[in-house]
Amino acid sequence: MDPLSPPPPPPATAAAAAAGEGAGCCDLKLLGSWASSYTHRVQLALKLKGLEFEYAEEDLSNKSPALLQSNPVYQKVPVLLHSPRGAVTESLVILHYLDDAFPALRPLLPSDPFDRALARFWCHFADDKLGPAVGAVFASSGEAQKAAVAQVHENLKLIENELREGAFKGKRFFGGDGIGILDIVLGCGSYWLAVFEEVTEAKLVDPDAFPLFYAWLKDFEAQEEVKDTIPAIDRLLEYARGLRQMILSHTTTATAAAAAATTAAATSTNIAVDSST
Amino acid sequence: MGVKLLDAWVSPFGQRVRIALAEKGVEYEYVEENLAEKSRLLLESNPVHKKIPVLIHDGNPVCESLIIVEYIDDVWDKKPHLLPAHPYLRAQPRFWADFVDKKIYECGTRLWKLKGEEQAEAKKEMIEILKLLAAELGDKTYFGGDAFGFVDVALVPFTSWFYSYERCAGFSVEAECPEIVAWAKRCMERESVKKTLYDPEKVYEFVCFLKKRYGVE
Repeated sequence: MDPLSPPPPPPATAAAAAAGEGAGCCDLKLLGSWASSYTHRVQLALKLKGLEFEYAEEDLSNKSPALLQSNPVYQKVPVLLHSPRGAVTESLVILHYLDDAFPALRPLLPSDPFDRALARFWCHFADDKLGPAVGAVFASSGEAQKAAVAQVHENLKLIENELREGAFKGKRFFGGDGIGILDIVLGCGSYWLAVFEEVTEAKLVDPDAFPLFYAWLKDFEAQEEVKDTIPAIDRLLEYARGLRQMILSHTTTATAAAAAATTAAATSTNIAVDSST
Repeated sequence: MGVKLLDAWVSPFGQRVRIALAEKGVEYEYVEENLAEKSRLLLESNPVHKKIPVLIHDGNPVCESLIIVEYIDDVWDKKPHLLPAHPYLRAQPRFWADFVDKKIYECGTRLWKLKGEEQAEAKKEMIEILKLLAAELGDKTYFGGDAFGFVDVALVPFTSWFYSYERCAGFSVEAECPEIVAWAKRCMERESVKKTLYDPEKVYEFVCFLKKRYGVE
């Protein structure tokens, strides 16, 4: 199937949407991948909101018709199916949707428009800058990796600064007293930092260099819903070691490493598994 | 303290914000930034990316064009609403505006910056992107349906770049996606769009200047 061919029209009409009014929690189904941090974002959000949902693990080397039909543009997980309305795709779009659809249940976004804009800005930073930088560390070695590590540190410095004297000064979580959308987005990528440190021997989060970020991360990881969402560390390590072996055996030049970086930047998504075959 | 916009005339990202402000009838001070010599205000307001547009509202800076547009819709919570009220109907424009953000500018840049096979590849991709958008538009007046909305704001500034893409890469948007061209014409009937977008020839002049600067013949 051509991934860029026009999708069938979704039931995005007012009538179809209105038909979903009062839809129960069991009408939620999540298509995901166990190692995808984008999937974890949605799982965590659903748990924080106390929403029941059905989970379907996708084999990314053999994507289900449900996935291909519900996300024809990207053919990626996560996809949230909310019957009878339809599919919502792209993790940040899904998180916003959950807040819009279930406003009474533990909001993920702040109520103030400026605070919302700020949370969105840093979510975008996490996806646009920090994520790819971490992926680049994982996909490279030698001098290229040193440069990638420096980039990660630059990005973490910016976040540390916001915690120390910027927008999030004095807060326990980015969302305030409780976990919010930015905690979810940053947190569900950040556990990979420890995994990558172990597998690549690059030092990413030095508690002395980034004390506030480090403290926040430990606090985040200690939350019940988070412990319930993130896979066991040995499973993540095994997965990362396997991927790292594959990357290193295929990349011998800096150019190839850069190309692999794009692939591995999505290690925390499903793309890496998919395009590595 | 009011509303101030740090921007650059040709930026399609800045134009998104200008269109949104115009649609809402918000008065603001426009500040043209010299991107070769960024102002202290810009560097202080957007220290992370140092980019325009930046909306400064009562002294508070908001960065990233689509985030700014959504902020404008949030704060000036009156008609026209750029995002619909219904949760599921809000998710669709978020998805497609994000799609425009991920695809158009990057692919468009490759169209004027590259040559040969790489340019041909970019041309193929651009046509596919526009066809996908045309399919999403369907026979609606706007991407927002009857109402001009979030996706329309996200995409319409790039329509004044179509001529540049066509000249550089050798294809016709009208021939490939007449629905998109028809939609663009409808958008241009709106005051907010008409007074914000520049003539495609002027944009092409700018692209030629960029090409010279990057040594692209």
